[in-house]
Amino acid sequence: MKRLYLPAVGLGALLFAAAPFLIMNAPYEATMGLVQKIFYFHAPIGMVMFLSAFVCGIAGLLYLMKREPRYDRVSFAAAELTVLLGTLVLITGPLWARKAWGVWWDWEPRLTSSLLLWMIFIAYLLLRRYGGPGSERLSAAVALFGAANVPFVYVSVNVWRTLHPKTTVVPSLGPGMREPFWFCFVAFLVLYLVVLAARVRLERQRAEVEQLYLELDER
Amino acid sequence: MGRFVRTAWHIARKDLTVEVRSREIIATTMFFAVSCVLVFAFALVREGRVVVDAAAGILWIAIAFAGTLALGRTFERERFGDTLRALMLAPADRPAIYVGKLAAILAVLIAVELLLVPLVALLFQASLFAHPLPLVLLLLLGTIGFAAVGTLFAAMLVRARSRDVLLPVLLYPITVPVIIAGVRGTAALLAEPADLAMGQFWIALLAFFDVVFIVLSLWTFEPLMTE
Amino acid sequence: MTVIFDRLVFSDVTRHFERRRALSRVSFACSAGEIVGLLGHNGAGKSTLLAIAATLLRPSAGEVRYGERTADEGGAAIRAQLGLLGHEAQLYPELTAAENLAFFARLQHLTDVTRRVREALDRAGLSDRAGDLVSGFSRGMRQRLALERTLLHAPRLLLLDEPFTGLDQASTSALVARLAAIAREGGIVLLATHDLLLAERVVTRAVILANGRLAGDVSDPAGLRAQYARVHAEPA
Repeated sequence: MKRLYLPAVGLGALLFAAAPFLIMNAPYEATMGLVQKIFYFHAPIGMVMFLSAFVCGIAGLLYLMKREPRYDRVSFAAAELTVLLGTLVLITGPLWARKAWGVWWDWEPRLTSSLLLWMIFIAYLLLRRYGGPGSERLSAAVALFGAANVPFVYVSVNVWRTLHPKTTVVPSLGPGMREPFWFCFVAFLVLYLVVLAARVRLERQRAEVEQLYLELDER
Repeated sequence: MGRFVRTAWHIARKDLTVEVRSREIIATTMFFAVSCVLVFAFALVREGRVVVDAAAGILWIAIAFAGTLALGRTFERERFGDTLRALMLAPADRPAIYVGKLAAILAVLIAVELLLVPLVALLFQASLFAHPLPLVLLLLLGTIGFAAVGTLFAAMLVRARSRDVLLPVLLYPITVPVIIAGVRGTAALLAEPADLAMGQFWIALLAFFDVVFIVLSLWTFEPLMTE
Repeated sequence: MTVIFDRLVFSDVTRHFERRRALSRVSFACSAGEIVGLLGHNGAGKSTLLAIAATLLRPSAGEVRYGERTADEGGAAIRAQLGLLGHEAQLYPELTAAENLAFFARLQHLTDVTRRVREALDRAGLSDRAGDLVSGFSRGMRQRLALERTLLHAPRLLLLDEPFTGLDQASTSALVARLAAIAREGGIVLLATHDLLLAERVVTRAVILANGRLAGDVSDPAGLRAQYARVHAEPA
């Protein structure tokens, strides 16, 4: 696994170097023109964010069942990344909305669902930070409940929204747009995995330092 | 199975006995819920006229806020005398403790709602009693969903630091689907004419939510409560 | 399925809380019929060790065996054989003495609850206060009631954390006699205290903890005080 790390970083860098060219050459969308191109970052980040939420939830479940510290480390790292990716989604979303439809925020279902998921994982981090000792188990439960909540959030927010007339329509992908979209998705996925691995390694090293402190106490 | 139910029943009965004697949680929670409703009334009623759909929203927000208070208090009681340790020490099935506590908290919240619903109907001129059966189902399933997650979180936070503020911080984002379903369902029932199909949709969603999260809570209660 | 075990074995039990080591490789065994004193200064790890023995805490390393089985293997059956009397009385102040006992009896799945409760109240000397709320009880009364609550299910392993604090002479003697009876009937008693004089009266053996480590194992209670002083005089 470790030997794949540097090649993965290289691959990620390469993908990101290539991405702008692909995006530049993609066809313009009919109604929105250039503005729509933020979508090539916004949507893949959103998809990786949801993936990250599931990774966090599953790692949390495994930690509760098996109590092995490495699952907790993965869960914690994934939670941080979910919040980071969520922040990016919530910045790119309104930027696009403002330019395309004139409003910063109009409760678009997917964006609202992302906001809620973002809040749940911020709550996870708050619990880790302020909950005192033993909050690893508790946050694992929050991650699990948060991940399990995704379908309910999605359905309820969508139905809640469809009762109001829609002022904004997210266009479907036309021909020539699929390639850059999936390319960016792979790029963000590789980046996510690379950063996740680095973060987990940092946590493992932190645990090793704590272990050394404990051994000092052995005197 | 029989033991499980009996244990849960004994715990629920103990909680309710304690509550009936001291009346602390029920009195403070009811008063707080009524204050909540009034505060929202002052915010949302203009010149004697109510914003459309306000009644549904206010009802559920008051339930959520009051519920959080009640949950915090009921576990604070267990923490105070260290009786939670005694419960964990008993050979009783741990998930049965969860079910017992959940049943007791539900009883308290339903009592509060019995007061709240007529109050909101009165103050906001909302015809909440037009379709009593769907409304009762909506309130019941919604309260169960909120209390199911709330009981688990309140229990697991009992030994955590900053538990008073962490309970709402954790509970509200996770129970947003319950709030959405409750409010939109109530609003559908209040509409002229009432949208019963929509009401049924939200009731079904709440039922699903309740099943999923009660199962998850039963599953995770023991690992969360043992150090 | 009842589990009868006659030995409690601690093997290399270690427990840390973040950076602080509360217990470090503690190993010893207790057998049926013993009243083992767990001695040490405040912060030596006595309460932590008792909590681990009561299955309320997991050791960070090492294991505890009840007879042949660990807590995980035994589960609820082991808990049915344990009794823990801690600092707090673990009683509900809004319930009466009788209701408290009845509640815990039912949690233990005991039969014939009414009779057991009556007998327990007799033993605690609280029969005339059976219908009174515990909130009105003095510290000594609560302690007596808590002890009866702990003993309702006749546990095989009795764990006590500073049980004599706040008791008067009569209650102390009664408790000492009670513990002796339990040991005679084949139970194991593990008693944490920092009162050496009292320990000498009660225990058949003593284990001394210092800084989370086992610092002494004394089989002759008469030499307890001397051994204790020696342990704490030596440079760490």
